[in-house]
Amino acid sequence: MTTTQSTATPTTQKLGIATAIAVIFLVLSGLIFSAEDVVQGSTVRMMYVHVPSIWVAYLAFGLTALCSAVYVSNRSRSLIWDRFAGASAEIGVLFVAISLVTGSLWGRLTWGTFWVWDARLTSTAFLFITYIGYLAVRRLGGTFSQRARRSAIMALLAVLEIPLVHFSVNLWRTLHQKASIADPNAKVQLDGFMLFTLFWGLVSFSMLFAWLLIHRQRLMALEDAVQDQGLDRAIQERRTEAGR
Amino acid sequence: MTSRMQTVRRVSLAVVRKDLRIEWSSKVLLNQVAPFSLVIMIMFAFALDNEGILQRVAPGLVWLATLFSMLVIVQRSFAVETADGALDALRVAGTEPLGIFIGKSLALMVQLLALELMLLAIALVLYAVEPTAMGYAETFATMLIATIGLGFVGTLYGGLGAGARGRETLLPLLLLPAVAPVLIGATRATEAAFGSGGAQSSEGWPWIGLLAVFAGVFGAVGALAFGPMIEE
Repeated sequence: MTTTQSTATPTTQKLGIATAIAVIFLVLSGLIFSAEDVVQGSTVRMMYVHVPSIWVAYLAFGLTALCSAVYVSNRSRSLIWDRFAGASAEIGVLFVAISLVTGSLWGRLTWGTFWVWDARLTSTAFLFITYIGYLAVRRLGGTFSQRARRSAIMALLAVLEIPLVHFSVNLWRTLHQKASIADPNAKVQLDGFMLFTLFWGLVSFSMLFAWLLIHRQRLMALEDAVQDQGLDRAIQERRTEAGR
Repeated sequence: MTSRMQTVRRVSLAVVRKDLRIEWSSKVLLNQVAPFSLVIMIMFAFALDNEGILQRVAPGLVWLATLFSMLVIVQRSFAVETADGALDALRVAGTEPLGIFIGKSLALMVQLLALELMLLAIALVLYAVEPTAMGYAETFATMLIATIGLGFVGTLYGGLGAGARGRETLLPLLLLPAVAPVLIGATRATEAAFGSGGAQSSEGWPWIGLLAVFAGVFGAVGALAFGPMIEE
């Protein structure tokens, strides 16, 4: 059976086009239309990618937890929740990585160092590692329902683990040693258009997230189907072998 | 309800006795894990190569060595369960999962505590730390409470995907980030107990509080999640 299946539907195509336009506009306003920062100069433009990335990551991990909870609590054990959880976590890991990279590049330019052992940075690194672990749990193998149950439990454990890590890392930095350069209270004053660009970044990255999520979920469904078909074919081959 | 609690108690006692008896007859902890942690402590000395620094960072090294050795013990604890389908057999027999969780956690705690006492002795000898009497009390309190948390979280993550291929290499990736709060809390508390870097012994108690929160949270969650997790 050879059928060509695409993960696109008219709706996702429209969403894709809208996302592309939004991102192009973000690039233009981030790089050209918006002004330089008085203190930071052009490095402030990094913010238009950095902040939306971590926003998408939080959104994605929140959705992973939500879908996992629905999977566990729902009697029907529908695998669609598992696939949405997995797709969302993959995108989340990608965007945490983007946010860590842009953050440390900005840090290098502004603070003169790629990394400081600040509470927020450290917990974000843990967030990244925890969800890499989650994705590894998904690849442990076994049946689809085994994968779904394991990864749902892992996702729910992560929801518990992350606040604990965040809390203790915060204690570590505040009780033990004052955060050196990254002062969370030193809020930058944003002018109107910069704020608009930042907001636009949040909107367009959220659209990008939705688009990626739907496609990845569908792709996962196809992957599962391929695996199923492969199994069916193998059984069929053994049967014909036995019949000969 | 009381009869369920009695079942849980009986099962957990049976499991902890079984695990400790397996350890007693195989002596894996004594012959393999303990020497492994001794090697870690010696290697730290090679890596840092400075007696002043060693004394200063001794608490952190003791806890790092504990966590690395714990990975091996947890691995072993579930390898025993899955090797001959023992876990499946327990499940098919309708054994109370909460009892299994508590039993395996207790067995892990006993082994960890023995290991930590040994590591403390090594630190006293090799890293020249000299706690006061109060410092000793604080160290033992830290060890006890940290170990309860480690036992719960180790059993929980050890059971995740037990029996699946490739989970041995996955365990460190899952477990180490989860126990980061224990490393932070226990190290700070032990620093206070050892007086490392001029720390006062009273500074340690808030960290012991953090360890107690950790133990409580993972004990409660483990009790809830362990059952659904192993029923595959």
